[in-house]
Amino acid sequence: MRDNSELIHFIFGRLTWDAIPFHVPILVYTFIVVAILGIALLGTITWMGKWGYLWREWFTSVDHKKIGIMYMVLGIIMMLRGFSDAVMMRLQQAMAFGGSTGYLPPEHYDQIFTAHGVIMIFFVAMPMVVGLMNVVMPLQIGARDVAFPFLNNFSFWMTVAGAVLVMLSLFVGEFARTGWLAYPPLSGIAYSPDAGVDYYIWSLQIAGVGTLLSGVNMVVTIIKMRAPGMTLMKMPIFTWTALCTNVLIVAAFPVLTAVLVLLSLDRYVGTAFFTNDFGGNPMMYVNLIWIWGHPEVYILILPLFGVFSEVVSTFCGKKLFGYASMVYATVVITILSYLVWLHHFFTMGSGASVNSFFGITTMIISIPTGAKMFNWLFTMYRGRINFDVPMLWTMGFMFTFVIGGMTGVLLAVPPADFELHNSLFLVAHFHNVIIGGVLFGLFAGINYWFPKAIGFRLDAFWGKVSFWFWLSGFWFAFMPLYILGLMGVTRRLSHFDDPSLQIWFQIAAFGAGLIFLGILAFLMQIYVSIRNRASLRDHTGDIWGGRTLEWSTSSPPPDYNFAFTPLVHELDAWADMKQRGYQRPVQGFLPIHMPKNTGAGVILAFLAMACGFAMIWHIWWMAGASFVGLIGSAIVHTFNYHRDFHIPAEEVARIEDTRSRLLAQL
Amino acid sequence: MLPRVLRRLSMSLLALLMSGCSAVVLHPSGDVALQQRNLIIASTVLMLLIIVPVMVLTGWFAWHYRQSNTKAHYDPDWHHSTGLELVIWSAPLLIIIALGAMTWIATHTLDPYRPLGRLAATRPVPEGTKPLKVQVVALDWKWLFVYPDYGFATVNELAAPVDVPIEFQITASSVMNSFFIPALAGQIYAMPAMETQLHAVINQPGNYEGFSANYSGAGFSDMHFRFLGKSQADFDAWVQSVKSGGGALTREGYLALARPSEREPVKHYAEVAPGLYDLILNLCVQPGKMCLRDMMKIDAKGGLGMAGVHNVGRLAYDRPPALNAGQSEPPTGLAYVLALCATPGPLWSPAPPAAAAGN
Amino acid sequence: MSTHATDAMNAPPAQGFYLTEEHHPENGTMLGFWIYLMSDCLLFAVLFAMYGVLGGNYAAGPGPKDLFELPTVLLNTSMLLLSSITYGFAMLEMARQRKGATLLWLAITGCFGVAFVSLELTEFAHFIHDGAGPQRSAFLSSFFAVVGCHGVHVTAGLLWLGTMMAQIQVKGFRPTIQRRMLCFNLFWHTLDIIWVALFTVVYMLGAGA
Ligand code: HEA
Ligand code: HEA
Ligand code: CUA
Ligand SMILES: [Cu+2]
Repeated sequence: MRDNSELIHFIFGRLTWDAIPFHVPILVYTFIVVAILGIALLGTITWMGKWGYLWREWFTSVDHKKIGIMYMVLGIIMMLRGFSDAVMMRLQQAMAFGGSTGYLPPEHYDQIFTAHGVIMIFFVAMPMVVGLMNVVMPLQIGARDVAFPFLNNFSFWMTVAGAVLVMLSLFVGEFARTGWLAYPPLSGIAYSPDAGVDYYIWSLQIAGVGTLLSGVNMVVTIIKMRAPGMTLMKMPIFTWTALCTNVLIVAAFPVLTAVLVLLSLDRYVGTAFFTNDFGGNPMMYVNLIWIWGHPEVYILILPLFGVFSEVVSTFCGKKLFGYASMVYATVVITILSYLVWLHHFFTMGSGASVNSFFGITTMIISIPTGAKMFNWLFTMYRGRINFDVPMLWTMGFMFTFVIGGMTGVLLAVPPADFELHNSLFLVAHFHNVIIGGVLFGLFAGINYWFPKAIGFRLDAFWGKVSFWFWLSGFWFAFMPLYILGLMGVTRRLSHFDDPSLQIWFQIAAFGAGLIFLGILAFLMQIYVSIRNRASLRDHTGDIWGGRTLEWSTSSPPPDYNFAFTPLVHELDAWADMKQRGYQRPVQGFLPIHMPKNTGAGVILAFLAMACGFAMIWHIWWMAGASFVGLIGSAIVHTFNYHRDFHIPAEEVARIEDTRSRLLAQL
Repeated sequence: MLPRVLRRLSMSLLALLMSGCSAVVLHPSGDVALQQRNLIIASTVLMLLIIVPVMVLTGWFAWHYRQSNTKAHYDPDWHHSTGLELVIWSAPLLIIIALGAMTWIATHTLDPYRPLGRLAATRPVPEGTKPLKVQVVALDWKWLFVYPDYGFATVNELAAPVDVPIEFQITASSVMNSFFIPALAGQIYAMPAMETQLHAVINQPGNYEGFSANYSGAGFSDMHFRFLGKSQADFDAWVQSVKSGGGALTREGYLALARPSEREPVKHYAEVAPGLYDLILNLCVQPGKMCLRDMMKIDAKGGLGMAGVHNVGRLAYDRPPALNAGQSEPPTGLAYVLALCATPGPLWSPAPPAAAAGN
Repeated sequence: MSTHATDAMNAPPAQGFYLTEEHHPENGTMLGFWIYLMSDCLLFAVLFAMYGVLGGNYAAGPGPKDLFELPTVLLNTSMLLLSSITYGFAMLEMARQRKGATLLWLAITGCFGVAFVSLELTEFAHFIHDGAGPQRSAFLSSFFAVVGCHGVHVTAGLLWLGTMMAQIQVKGFRPTIQRRMLCFNLFWHTLDIIWVALFTVVYMLGAGA
């Protein structure tokens, strides 16, 4: 008997039937729904015989456009999870007053806000931002792909592996109950002994490696692969922001990796980095995680600043006002983002001089951000503004983000922060900048570049519906939180005593409902657009009258992006080409050298995920085996020297002739 | 400091926000919180000086330069103006210079570690005033207040006389919390093995809400306490009632109290084990554990060498099974350094099995 | 970017708008690897910072003076430095396209590396056996983390080295392999530099102070 249980323990580690939440009805139903949907999806794919297609054309693809699209799909799927968490919190907080503790006991509520924060930042916003950069940036610089196409595929699958682990935590075990930054001692083994924090650690660690590698990849791509003639100051502004973002990634994510490793050591080995008994120091964790965490929020927003710049200048039919000062502003924000991390814990008792130093460096960021704001404004000035959907999102951003930015600056005043720290005012601040900035930017970007990536435009009517619901929903959902913050209400509470607060929470829940309609409208927009794709199709490749190189090729671009590499003479290279009467070459095509697809990325990431899962559940044999497998497969992969091929000149000629014919019909 | 116009504007803004809701942050009863409130309002107004024009311009340009308005001047090549760029960068710069100066001054005057200079705007602290000392310990999930000068302690109830400076020394037993009474003053973290400080004064009698503002686990939502601002006479009466209530907080009593519990009722202890707060701060209330203070002294001299290497004990118990839902075994490996001249006594005994059924 | 667009500006440039021959962008591998190395250095920077903050917290246990044996560490250091030199010889032989000699020098490099890692592991085992494991104090935690992290890097380097030897054996000196050898060169020297920092900050200052 005893032998037997030891064997079982060896095989399954600490994973037992108890880890499966049969006793929580909500989760069982969710699981059933997810399972049915999953089986239906897999069944459909099998029935349609699409597995081979998906594997060959997508999963193993090293084409930056396809990888980018897969990132976006991942982001949208994870968004549904993040949003259901948000709605659950909004409902809970609208109900749990006076005697009622609502329908979510703290044990669940605490998991939900942690999972919501983690998922939204790491598995919604990050994939969407990285995906957008993947699709657009190589096209903007006139390149055929990124510098390391295989690495790009691998990075994507590592992000997926992290996401899968987070999703697993819903049905096998539990997620962390620590808040999205998992401060010790609470996240230490003594106070969080179960698997939740381990899920947190391993999903972030695995996804983080992917993000870091993708950052290296894109920096090199931008530095080395620009079309001839495109000097740094002739680079499209979105590419500039992508460059700065990826520099930030490369310089910030190692810190996250390190701090997570140290936390794991504390939890698995019993070291004393962040516990007090043996001389450790939890404040080191807080410092380190914010040295990553603050740059992270600019990693999210900078590329979207780039999107707004592209959209404004395109839809105002004008050059961007103050290109140079836009570039300097971006660079200044990049640098300053490293000097402000302490503003997240003014209340930890650092002296007045330290606090005011970090407070003031934080405020200084509003100067370059303000310069950007004014540059967009003066791009509109003397423009001819076309309020198509991307421009609408941009306008929504300009009205909303300034408020969030202002409250951010207010939080940067330490004595004010003593009152507002960790309050719902803070929660309102960051949703204000994230939704009003990052999300609105993503929607602007999606509406703007969708026709480029897919070949037909998105339906404008549903786009506008979605926009207005989002905009009004945002204001209803988060303005009450500012007020609640001023009423002294703290974040992360699962129930309240004071019934006079309830009305504000109800308004906030109503706002979340409006946002829900906005999301439905967005899904509807996609559905309608796919249905009407014939009439929405764009054969010009330049549907908005764009100014940068991605609009010079067809929509969707061919695998090789450009039959001939463009030569750049001016900023806004494509506008320059159009203005000066370029001639699209129609003959003399050459074979094009391209990277080959490979399944290695999928396999490696799968092994990494298995290793993470085994570590979470202390299944040591499996952890060891998958780790050895991981290293082994990586080594085997290095022996593969057949990584590229040539697209024959005839094939290029055929594709380009088709395009010539389509262009001639216009 | 601020032009009068701004002040008037801020007052009307305030009135707007106050109508219909009890925004305690905007309507505090302690001088420190009041100054922080004024700072919040002043900074906001200062920033609105630029935010409002930006929003107005956005709306105006969007309307005026819409595509259908063919009368509007259209200049597709206009993309640079040195003068305008100068304005664009210097307008926010000016605001930030003003705000930065305010920040620097206010952060120093409102430093929570700094003893108070005044009771209210026009009233400096009278010469020779003896501040009230309170030692605050954030426990899972309740608050312990020790009054060292009076030798008693309370749980989840804090009282202070009006217009007397209060000196808080703050620490925590296990995880991070934040000590926050919005009506009195801004918050400051309560962290295990570390002490933070707060100086504040309450100007109006009343029954105020206090709570932890930093998430600390399952019982966090109910981690409130009452803060009673009392006239000196009422305060003295309260002190008397606590002292006459009897009961003592011993070291063992503290260890029992420190175990996680929720919605703990108010408790009064007429007596407190000597130096209890200090033991808590140094993580050595449990008998047999070395105090951090001693540890630091030893370390400053280079440690105990290999002789000290095995001087380690193990905690039998740390958190109740309730927090470990779905977890059959208690966490292992929770060790500590043994005190030098004490035999390790029985540490925390295992939780009774009944508690396990809780969740 | 002037606003006075002249007619000359409006004519297509002489070079045209397209590159009519095949475009070969510069290879980015070295740059990419260098950026990766910088990010790795950041990781070490964090561990050094931890050591800087926690390095004096012995938790009433042993300190560096009680533990470190400088002679062993010096021996260890020389192993690593020698391996860098021998790797240099391998690079020289590669430049001469001499496969056997290259492989030989790589093997010698590997031996030095293995010696380094073994010595380090012996040291660790010794500490742990005496009760001074990474759990004993924050000082020891950060010591094991920063030195161990370097050791893990060296071990990974050895795996990489072995892989390259196999590839040279099988595939000969292709441009890809030469590039990998260059990358490894960067990697190995970076580890040297980090070790020198470690040796100074952790061992010398620790044992001396
Ligand atoms: C990217 C970040 C992000 C986003 C988008 C959101 C969106 C929302 N959040 Fe989130 N939130 C966080 C990041 C985010 N949040 C973080 C970091 C925390 C702190 C966690 C912690 O305490 O540890 C938090 C905490 C938090 C709380 C806890 C407050 C508390 O502590 O008491 C609540 C309460 O209701 C809340 C609500 C909402 C709501 C209603 C939305 C919704 O209004 C918005 C709905 C969002 C969507 C529907 C998805 C968004 C879509 C995309 C990102 C891409 C869309 C693209 C396509 C569809 C193509 N959030
Ligand atoms: C995309 C994300 C994003 C962005 C862009 C920002 C932008 C800013 N944030 Fe925010 N922030 C977060 C995400 C973000 N933040 C998150 C997630 C948290 C909380 C995490 C947690 O605790 O869980 C947080 C928390 C946070 C804090 C900590 C508060 C606390 O914990 O108590 C502070 C304090 O200084 C702060 C400040 C700022 C400032 C000054 C900016 C500035 O960059 C804003 C600059 C913009 C403007 C000012 C508007 C436009 C400018 C003008 C029109 C010019 C003129 C204006 C002036 C001169 C004022 N943020
Ligand atoms: Cu934490 Cu001081
Ligand atoms: Cu920040």
